[in-house]
Amino acid sequence: MSGGVLVALAGQPNSGKSTIFNLLTGARQFVANYPGVTVEKKVGYFSRGENRVELVDLPGTYSLTSYSMEERVSRDFVLGSQPSAVVNVVDASNLRRSLYLTFQLLEMDCPLILNLNMIDVAKSKGMEIDLEELERRLGVPVVTSDGKRGKGREELAEAITRPSPARGLRIDYGPLEPALRRLQKLLEAQPRLVGRCPFRWLAVKLLEGDPEALAMAREGADDWREVEALLDKERESFSQEFVQPPFRHIAFRRHQAAEAIGQAVIKTTHAARKDFTDRADRLLCHRLTGPLIMCGVFYLLFELAVNQGGRLAALITPYLGQMQRFLEGFLPAAGYLEEPLLTSLASWFMTSINALLVYIPQFFILFSLIAILEDVGYMPRMAFMLDRIFRRFGLHGNSTLPYILGGIYVGGCAVPGVMSCRAIPDERARLATILTVPLMNCLAKTAFYIMLVDAFFPQQKAGAMFFISTITLLTALPIARLLTMTVLRGRETAPFIMEMPSYHLPSPRGVLIRAVERITTYIRKVMTIVASVAVVIWVLLQFPGVSAPRMEEHAARAQTQVSQFLAAIDGTPLAAKVKDMDQVTALLTLREQYRADKAGAAGDAEASRMVDQRYREQDPDFLAAFQDRRAKTYRALDKLRKERADLWREIKQERIDNSILGWLGHALVPISRWAGFDWRINVAMLSSFAARESATATFSALYGIGGGGQSLGASMGESSGDGQAITALNATALMLFMALFPPCLATTIMVRVATGRLKWMLFSFAYPSALGLGAASLVFTGGGALGLDGWQAMWAYYALAAGFALLVGLIPERSAITNT
Amino acid sequence: MTLDILRPGSQCRVLGLTTAGNLGQRLMDLGFHPGVELRVIRNAPLLDPLEVEMLGYCISLRHNEASFVEVEHL
Ligand SMILES: Nc1nc2c(ncn2[C@@H]2O[C@H](COP(=O)(O)OP(=O)(O)O)[C@@H](O)[C@H]2O)c(=O)[nH]1
Ligand SMILES: [Mg+2]
Repeated sequence: MSGGVLVALAGQPNSGKSTIFNLLTGARQFVANYPGVTVEKKVGYFSRGENRVELVDLPGTYSLTSYSMEERVSRDFVLGSQPSAVVNVVDASNLRRSLYLTFQLLEMDCPLILNLNMIDVAKSKGMEIDLEELERRLGVPVVTSDGKRGKGREELAEAITRPSPARGLRIDYGPLEPALRRLQKLLEAQPRLVGRCPFRWLAVKLLEGDPEALAMAREGADDWREVEALLDKERESFSQEFVQPPFRHIAFRRHQAAEAIGQAVIKTTHAARKDFTDRADRLLCHRLTGPLIMCGVFYLLFELAVNQGGRLAALITPYLGQMQRFLEGFLPAAGYLEEPLLTSLASWFMTSINALLVYIPQFFILFSLIAILEDVGYMPRMAFMLDRIFRRFGLHGNSTLPYILGGIYVGGCAVPGVMSCRAIPDERARLATILTVPLMNCLAKTAFYIMLVDAFFPQQKAGAMFFISTITLLTALPIARLLTMTVLRGRETAPFIMEMPSYHLPSPRGVLIRAVERITTYIRKVMTIVASVAVVIWVLLQFPGVSAPRMEEHAARAQTQVSQFLAAIDGTPLAAKVKDMDQVTALLTLREQYRADKAGAAGDAEASRMVDQRYREQDPDFLAAFQDRRAKTYRALDKLRKERADLWREIKQERIDNSILGWLGHALVPISRWAGFDWRINVAMLSSFAARESATATFSALYGIGGGGQSLGASMGESSGDGQAITALNATALMLFMALFPPCLATTIMVRVATGRLKWMLFSFAYPSALGLGAASLVFTGGGALGLDGWQAMWAYYALAAGFALLVGLIPERSAITNT
Repeated sequence: MTLDILRPGSQCRVLGLTTAGNLGQRLMDLGFHPGVELRVIRNAPLLDPLEVEMLGYCISLRHNEASFVEVEHL
C-alpha cells in the first residue's frame, strides 16, 4: 500500500480527538467546510514509511443518528468516502459510555481502530483496562495514548498504516434479530441499494425510524412499497410484543452491551477520590459566585485583550507608521498642489492594511485566552449559566462564544464570531446568532466612537461609552428573538442537552495551535477582502474628480501662495537656496520629515539633539526655518504650510464631492436626512463598508480634521459649504447608526460561508441597514421634535430599547418538543 | 414523577422516556435508559438548565427536556 490513505478520526466530544489530530499531523492541517453545510472539516497529513496519510477530524458526536448536522456529516463521510481506516478516539476513563458510539461505527462495517486516549486519566481514577480482552471482544486493534503528553503517536501511526483485519463485533439485538434478518433480506434484494451502505446497518436504521435512512431507502429501493410494508409490520408487531418501539430497544441493547464489556475489561483498583471538577463546579456554577466569576472572566478578557492589547498595539503603531513612510519613500513624491495618483493609491492601501495590522496583538491575546477557556472546559459552564437568558431570545447557551468574539462589550471582530457559530447545535439558534453577531461592537468601530464621544460628550465620556457598549447587546437580543419568530420560524431546533466535561489543565500546544489557526484565518479572510475592497473604494472616491477649470483655479492659488512666501523670505539666506515652486515643495517635504524624525525621538533628549545636529549639518538655514520660532523664515514657512494644507483639503473635499461615492452620498440624502446625515456622513459610512476604520479617516478628511489645528468638535460643529453643522444629537444618531450598521464586507462574506446561502448574506446586509437608519432617524427626528439634546436622546433611546427587549423577552416561547 | 421536578441532591432511577424523535434519541444516546441511576447535582444560577450525574459523567439539560424523563425517587 503506498500513496494516499484516507483515515478518519471519530469520537465523542471531549474525548481528545483534536489533541490526537494535532499529535498525528502537527502543523500540516487546514480547515474547510463539508459541502453544503456549516460543519467544520479539518484535514491534516502525515507520512509514515511510504504511506502518505490524509487524516480527517470528524465532528465529535455521541451517536450517529441523522438528527444533528454533525452526526449526519460523520456518518455520510464514513459511508460515502470509505476511509481505509477509522480511528475511534475514546476517553478511556469513560470507556463504558464511549462504546455506544463504537458499536455504531462497527455496524457501518468500516475498518476500525480503537484509540484509548486519556489513559493517564483512567489510571489516576484507579481504572485498569484489560486491553487484550477488549481487543478480543471488539475484534479490532486497540491502541492506548496520552494525547496531552504526546504518548502513543508511534503506535497509532503504525496501527493506521497496518492493513486492517476483518470486521469487528456485531451487536446482538436479541428479540429484534428475526425482524432485522427479514428486513435485511428484503433490502439485499434491491439491486440499486448495493454498495451504498451495509445492509444490516440500513435495516437497523430503518427500524430505528432514522429519517435520512428512510429517505435513502425510499429513493434507492426498487420496490419501496414492499420494503415499507414489511418495515411497518415489523415495527408494529415488535412494539406490540415488547411494549417498546424498536428504536428504544436498539439503544438499550447497545448500552447493555457496553455495560457487559465494561464489566469484563475494567477493574477498579482504588476508588476515585472526589474529583477536582466536582469541587471546582461548586464554586464556578454556584448560584452567586458562578455569575460573579463569569463576569470576572468577561472583564479579564476585555481588560487583557482590549486594554492591554491596545497598549501593545500603541507600541507597534509607530513602527508600522515608520514602515509605511519608508515604503512611501520609494513612491513618486508629491507636487506642491497634488499627489501623483500612484502615491495616493499606495498610501491609501497601506493605511488600510496598517489599520488592520494594528489589531493583531489584540486579537492574538483574545484568541489565546478563549482557546485557554475552551481547553480548560469553561465554555460549557458559560453556556450552562447563560442559556436561560439566551434561550428567551431564541438563541442558545452556546451563543456565548460567538458574542464574546464579536465584541459583546466593546472590542471584538464579527469574522471569528460568525465562524464560531458552528458550535451551536440548534439550527434556528445558530442562524439567529450568525445574523446578530455582526451587531456587536467590533474593535474597528471603537475608534469612531471615541472620536465622536471626545468631540461631543467630553463631560460624559464614560456614560456615552457605556451607552454604546451595551446598546448593541440590548438590540441584538430582541432582534434575534424577532428573527426566530419570523424569517427563521420553522427552522430545525435541537435539544440543549450537553455534557459538562471535566476540567483539564490547558495544553500550551493545543492553545497555541488554535489561537494561531484563528488568527491566520482572520488575516487571510479579513486582510485579503479589506485590501481588495480598499482599492475599489479608493477608485470610487477618486473619480471622476475635480474638473479641469477648477483645477486651474487651484493651481493659480498655489502659485500665489508660493510667490507670497518667496516675497516674505526675500533677503534671508534661505532665499538664495529656494527660488522656485519645486524647491519650495522640497523644503516643505523636508520639514515634514524633520517633524516626523523629531516626533520619533520624542522623550529622548539625546536622540532629539542628534536629529537637530543631522539637519544642521545638512543646512543650518533650513533647520532655522523648521525650528527657530523667532526666525522670519520660520513664520513664513509655517504660514505657507497651513495655506497649502487648506488648499489640499479643499481639493480633496471637492474631489470626494465629485466622485461616484460622493454622488451616492448626495443621492441618499432624501432618506438619510431623517437621521440627520448630510452627504458627507453618507460618504463616510459608505466608504467604511470595506473596513470600519476607514469611517474615521474619511470623516476626518471630509470635515477637515487635523488640518488647521482646529479641534474636532469645532471643525465639525462649523457649518461649511453645503454640509450642515453637526450637533450632539447628530453624534448620538451617528454612533447608533454605526453600531447597528451592516457588517463590513469581510463579515458579510463570512455570513455567506457560515450559512452557505447568498440569501442570508444579503439579508445580513439589508436588515441592519434598515434597523440602523430607523434607530438613527428615531433619535434625530424624534429627539429633535421633543427638543432633546444628544445626551438626553441617548438615554431616552436606551430606555426604549431596554423596554422593548424586556417586552420581547416576555413573549412566551412555544415548546418545539412534543409528547408521544 | 419526572426528572425536572427533583431538587438538587436527589437520587433517582430512570423509568422511561415519554418522547421520541430528536429529543428522545438524544436522551437515549446519552444514556437515559430504564434502570440507570442518576443524581441531580445543581440548577444553573437562573434555575434552568439543570445538571445531572449519571454513568460517571455530568450532563446538563433544560427543565422542559427533563420533563420527558420518568423517574422514581431513591
Ligand atoms: N490528561 C489528558 N488530557 C487530554 C488527553 N487528550 C486530550 N486531553 C485534554 O482534553 C481536553 C479536550 O481535548 P480535545 O482534543 O479538545 O477534545 P475533542 O473535543 O475531542 O476535540 C483538552 O483540554 C486536552 O488538553 C490525554 O490523553 N490526557
Ligand atoms: Mg475538537
